[in-house]
Amino acid sequence: MSGKHAAYARKLVNAEETKQTMLALTDADASLTVEDAYQIQLETIKIKLAQGKKVIGKKVGLTSTAMQKMLGVNEPDYGHLLNDMVVENGAAVRIDSLISPKIEAEIGFILEEDLEGPNLTYLDVLMATRFVVPTLEIIDSRVADWKIKLVDTVADNGSSAKVVIGEKMSKLNGIDLRTNSMVLFKNNELMATGAGAAALGHPAHAIAWLGNKLHEFGMALKKDELILPGALSGANSVSSGDTIEAKFGALGSVSVHFV
Amino acid sequence: MNLLTNRDKEIIEYLFAAERDAREVSKVTDKFPELTIEDAYLIQDGLLARKRMEEGTKTVGMKLGLTSKAKQKMMGVNEAIYGYLHSDMLAFEWEPISFSQFIHPKVEPEIAFLLAEDLKGEHITIEDVLKATKYVAPALEVIDSRYKDFRFTLNDVIADNCSSAKFVVGSKWVSPSAIDIGSIGMVLSKNGKLEQTGSSAAVLGHPAAAIAWAVNQLHTIGKGLRKGDIVLSGAMSEAIAFQAGDSVIAAFDGLGSVSMYCE
Repeated sequence: MSGKHAAYARKLVNAEETKQTMLALTDADASLTVEDAYQIQLETIKIKLAQGKKVIGKKVGLTSTAMQKMLGVNEPDYGHLLNDMVVENGAAVRIDSLISPKIEAEIGFILEEDLEGPNLTYLDVLMATRFVVPTLEIIDSRVADWKIKLVDTVADNGSSAKVVIGEKMSKLNGIDLRTNSMVLFKNNELMATGAGAAALGHPAHAIAWLGNKLHEFGMALKKDELILPGALSGANSVSSGDTIEAKFGALGSVSVHFV
Repeated sequence: MNLLTNRDKEIIEYLFAAERDAREVSKVTDKFPELTIEDAYLIQDGLLARKRMEEGTKTVGMKLGLTSKAKQKMMGVNEAIYGYLHSDMLAFEWEPISFSQFIHPKVEPEIAFLLAEDLKGEHITIEDVLKATKYVAPALEVIDSRYKDFRFTLNDVIADNCSSAKFVVGSKWVSPSAIDIGSIGMVLSKNGKLEQTGSSAAVLGHPAAAIAWAVNQLHTIGKGLRKGDIVLSGAMSEAIAFQAGDSVIAAFDGLGSVSMYCE
């Protein structure tokens, strides 16, 4: 089985490196389970670590009921964030470095201690949170036309591509993360609005889910890592020339430009 | 580790089954009038250990009860009581709470304290509690005595983990230095109708005083509160009954609100 996992992982990494989309894994092999998909994802991370890249965090995906409905699932998924995905606030991203990118706004968490499941609650997450930070996540699918099932996106590292990290790091004192505002602009035009509760009811609840899920794989949430709890509105396609900005009220803002 | 007697074990099974089956039972002291307060806390301990084993949960904190003078008078005591909170008792503002798990639930508004460090000792003061507290947050506690008609003696309610059932925590978390915790106003409504008003001062004059009392009490049996614990400091008003289909919201001055829906 692990030979098969490694082979699929290689295919996914090749697609990412060459920007050539591939057929969904589930089209080639209908027997793949979600369990297999997470193993394939781990193999893709192994390949990248061998290239000298580093894991800097994790992301939770499929946290909105709309996304879960679309893929016919009732739980989120997760992926790894690597150092080469990081984009500086306000920087330019080459659209041709991606295949079919979309963008979504999230409240990033940075923990001050490790958290290990099982039975993690969102209270544990909030108590262990050092800062929250505005982020934009750029997602991309290595599968042609985003024709993905749950297994496909999990194997493809949760369709992760880039993450733009804002500069303002906020402590939680006085912040209400459920009602915290998010307003997304494309070229200064309002594109979407949302609030923290869009991520599984409370962004820290999504992170508690992740901690408990990671425990199934013998992993834990790590201090100082960046953890993205899921989008606060639907994902929006972007093209060359677009400037995207997300404003999070008291938490500050984050932006990126596509060339 | 204190050894439980056969009587204690019988009571633990009795209360465990009552909660599991959402079935009201006669109070324990009807059969065992000789029960002391020490026995009652030992039985509570045993009951909680039984639940953690059966349900795979962990202890996440503590709750205080009988923190108002009125309630203490009603029970003929002049002390508060405490019970423990388990991870499966945490309910969410974003998920309906199922009525079928309850017998005759009530809900009461409280200030939750979240501890940044361990808190133990014998002369703990309000200042010590505030110093160890990272955040305060609004909370709703659902209580559901396993005893018929919610009638019990002090020792009965202690054995029954102080009627604990569920709790919901609001999402605005505030540092204790940023708010006067001794005088937070609270308005409790059900289905849009005003039910209760109160202030945090209803909790032994200051919610942190109730926690200081609990910590000093725990010290006498070699225990304390732990870093990361959530402590529900006591009701700020009378508890109100609710049914399936009811929405409850408590609004707090400076702490936002916390709500629940029961289906």
